[in-house]
Order: sequence, then C-alpha cells, then structure tokens
Amino acid sequence: MSSSEGKLKPSSSELDLDRPNIEDYLPSGASIHEPHGKLRLRDLLDISPILTEAAGAIVDDSFTRCFKSNPPEPWNWNVYLFPLWCSGVVFRYLILFPVRAIVLTIGWMIFLSCFIPVHFLLKGNDSLRKKWERVLVELICSFFVASWTGVVKYHGPRPSMRPKQVFVANHTSMIDFIILEQMTAFAVIMQKHPGWVGLLQSTILESVGCIWFNRSEAKDREIVTKKLREHSQGADNNPLLIFPEGTCVNNQYSVMFKKGAFELGCTVCPVAIKYNKIFVDAFWNSRKQSFTMHLLQLMTSWAVVCDVWYLEPQNLRPGETAIEFAERVRDIISVRAGLKKVPWDGYLKYSRPSPKHRERKQQSFAESVLRRLEEK
Amino acid sequence: MGNSSSMLTQYDIEEVQQHCNNAFSQQEIVSLYKRFCQLDRNGGGFVSAEEFLSVPEFAVNPLSQRVLRMVDGLNFKEFVAFLSAFGPRATLQQKIEFIFKVYDSDGNGKVTFNDMLDVLHDLTGQFISEKQRKQVLTQVLEEAGYTKESLLVLSDFVKILGSSGLKMEVEVPVD
Repeated sequence: MSSSEGKLKPSSSELDLDRPNIEDYLPSGASIHEPHGKLRLRDLLDISPILTEAAGAIVDDSFTRCFKSNPPEPWNWNVYLFPLWCSGVVFRYLILFPVRAIVLTIGWMIFLSCFIPVHFLLKGNDSLRKKWERVLVELICSFFVASWTGVVKYHGPRPSMRPKQVFVANHTSMIDFIILEQMTAFAVIMQKHPGWVGLLQSTILESVGCIWFNRSEAKDREIVTKKLREHSQGADNNPLLIFPEGTCVNNQYSVMFKKGAFELGCTVCPVAIKYNKIFVDAFWNSRKQSFTMHLLQLMTSWAVVCDVWYLEPQNLRPGETAIEFAERVRDIISVRAGLKKVPWDGYLKYSRPSPKHRERKQQSFAESVLRRLEEK
Repeated sequence: MGNSSSMLTQYDIEEVQQHCNNAFSQQEIVSLYKRFCQLDRNGGGFVSAEEFLSVPEFAVNPLSQRVLRMVDGLNFKEFVAFLSAFGPRATLQQKIEFIFKVYDSDGNGKVTFNDMLDVLHDLTGQFISEKQRKQVLTQVLEEAGYTKESLLVLSDFVKILGSSGLKMEVEVPVD
C-alpha cells in the first residue's frame, strides 16, 4: 500500500507557485563571489563553482534529509545486554503485541456496534447523529492510541468549535491525525489511499466531514480548494485540520507549507507535534513501508511518546500574502517542535523541480558574462 | 539502512580507498556508502539517472545533464572515484582533468569550439543569444591566443586554469 512511485515528470501546474526565494537557503557558489574585471577565457572555462554545487548535491542535500528514517543504532552485544534485548523483544512481540491487538479488536467491536446503528437509525436527526459519530470517532482513535501505548502530552488550550477557523500541523505519519483526533473530532483533508485505509476513509471518516484529494491530479486542486472553503464557512462543521506540508516528513525537518490552507479567509491555529525518538521513530516512510506495516511496527514497540502543542491562533496580517502567512506559521510550528526548515516543496518527492530555479542561475551567470565583456 | 545491501567490510573499504587513490578517509567512505544506498532506491547496486534527478538540488543545476552522463550507472567504487576530484586531498591536476572531461563529451581528448559553446549554452540558457555566445567565446579565445578552429587538449586547460586556485571541494558529512 505504498504510494505510487510513478515516473518523475515536471508538473508545472502543480509547482508553478510563487514561493520565497530558494537562493536565500541554498549554498550559492557562482553568485557569492561576484567576479569582476575583464572577461577572460579562464572565466568562461572555470565551471568549478557550478560543478561543486552539483557534487555537493550528490553527496548530501537538504531535501533527502527530510525523509531519512533513523534506524535504531545497533547495540553492543554483550553477555548481559544481548539477553536483555532478546527478552525485550520476546516481551514486546509475544506479550505486548497480543494484548494490544486484543484491546484494539475490542475497541473496534464497541465502535462498530455503536456506529452502525447510530449511522443508519439516526439518519433523520442529523445533528444528534453527528454528535454521536463525533464521540465514537474520538473513541476509536483513543483505542488506536492505546494500542501503541501512546503517551501524548497536550499543551495549550483545547481547540474549540468555531466557524472560520482551520488547524494546521506538521506531518510525520498518518498517526498524527489519530493522535489529534482522539481529543477533538477534526475533519481532515487527506490523500485518498487504497486498501483498508481507503475503506475507512470513505465510510467512517466521511461522517466527520473529511475531504479527499488525489495528489497526481492537478485539476483536483481547484475542486479541493472549493471544498475547503465551503467547509470552513459552515458553522456546525467539524473544525478543519490540514497538513500543509502535503507529505510525511521525518519530524526533524519541515518542508514548505502549501498556501491553500492560508487563503481561506480563516483564522489559522497552528499545532506542533513532536515525537520522542527514544521510544520509536514514528516517521512513516511511505516509500519503504505500507501503512499496515507501519502500524504493526508501532504496536510492537515499547511506546509512542509525543508532545502536541496547540499554539496561538494567527490571522493574515494586512499587506501579507498567503505565502508569507504560510511561512510565518511554518516558522512558529518549526520553532516549537524543534524542526529545521528547508525551502523545498514536499511534492518534489513525486515530481521534478520547475525549470525556473535553473533559469534564475543561468540568468545571473549570463548577465555577469555580458557585463564583464564591456569592462576594460 | 532499510532495504538494500550488506554493510561494508573493512576489506571493501580498503579496496575502495585504493581505487580512488586515498582521496577520502575510511569514515568518509562509510558515509558515502550510506548516501549511495540512500540514492539507490531500488537497490540495483548503481544509481540511475532518475534517482539522481530526484534530488531537487541536483536537478536545478545547469550542468546536471553533463554531470549525469559521467555518473549515471556507476557502482559504488566508481562513484567514489568520480567524487575524488572533489575530495580534500585532490590535486589541482585532478580538478582540471575533471573539468576537461566535462567539456570533452565525446572523450577523444580534444575540446572543440562547439564543445565550449555547448557548455556555455548550458550555463546561460536562453538569456544570451546563440550569436552573442559565439561572439563572446571567439573574442576571449582570440585574446588568449587561440582561434575558433583550435582544438584544446588537457595541457591547454592546465595552462588556462592552472594560474587561479580552483576551489572545488565538497564536504562529506560524517555522523
């Protein structure tokens, strides 16, 4: 159930967004030492700065770093540590895991036995039905969190149900949604997944007002923006939760926020989520693992420990563009959760960067050549 | 490290080190191996052009296609050898040889006017006309004592580039 790794192709409609200047973040070889003096053959042939940038990107780059999962360090197997680790494994797989699986199954049985009747019998009485479904979704999420022995510390005031407000959070795994959902039934906007997750999406999550999109469809964006706007205006809709990064990042970096959530004319309430790596690496690397495997991995770890901060709601400042607003909120969340910011669009996982960046470099080099040609 | 290959043994590391003439320390080779495995997503033992171009910082580089031609499909030993021109102990000669190889796309040891024009095209894109490029190149060539018909060899490059110190070093992140 990993996301499709299709051919990489430049999708200009998706990525032709104006964005803050990447050059501010990237190591710029050619543009730092502004060369002066008459243009000589040596200056044209000396491509070393640009080659160094290319080699630098091959050796290490800030984008790939965002999606690196951290494998657990191998221990020093001693006489006493190895058996201890082994007994830990035995305990986790043979005792903890079955107990958790049972808890989860019980949770599902309770949930389904309440949800199905409520959903069908209260069809006429919408507001009562919604209220019950909300409570039940929060319940099943609590069961999920319990099945990983989730220890979640919530900081900040609980979100309230008000119209014209959206919540944005950094994204590490689909469990982000479950952790937030157990406290408040949000309506989330998510990529439509295949398999059992998709089934859950189209049945249960539909009831809390979730919105689906398909990353690979550019046209989809307009439809989705419209749906977002409609939802956020509705007074008794569940509060909208958006992950503006658009993809899962490894909880140490944050990629650029998409501006969609910030141009709805609503108050934006930032939420920061930070997982404690000592217990488990909660990053869901969708290229390496299906969601099922990811959940199983969580259920056989000791615990999922994380902090959730509900931060001060922000509004668009006069004279601020949606992109600047998005960057400002990203800054607030990154500082709180201790994430390093990188200037890349998360969707570059699935497609190539727009040619605009290369053209900018070409333009500055061309201008420098022409300028120096004139000099004596 | 997730999917692919085994860990590097001490023997492997020494072999790679020998192949690249000690351009990198053993720790750096281990880091480069981790990076290589990270880039080689399908675990085929080499990094394909697609996998290189999935690094956005690389894809936006004006010379990415030329560098790609040199690095596409290399196994790990050859990959490290390729990067040795960017190592901390690389000599000026090695760096100039690398630059020469970038220009000499057909590998016959001679760089023509058109080769240099092609690279200039990569560097300037649509922001200078082809006519202007030819003019600029001809002018600086003649000032340096060459003509449009000159075929430059490695020693010419050494003469031209050797006087200025070439800064071409890349830092290998070591955990």
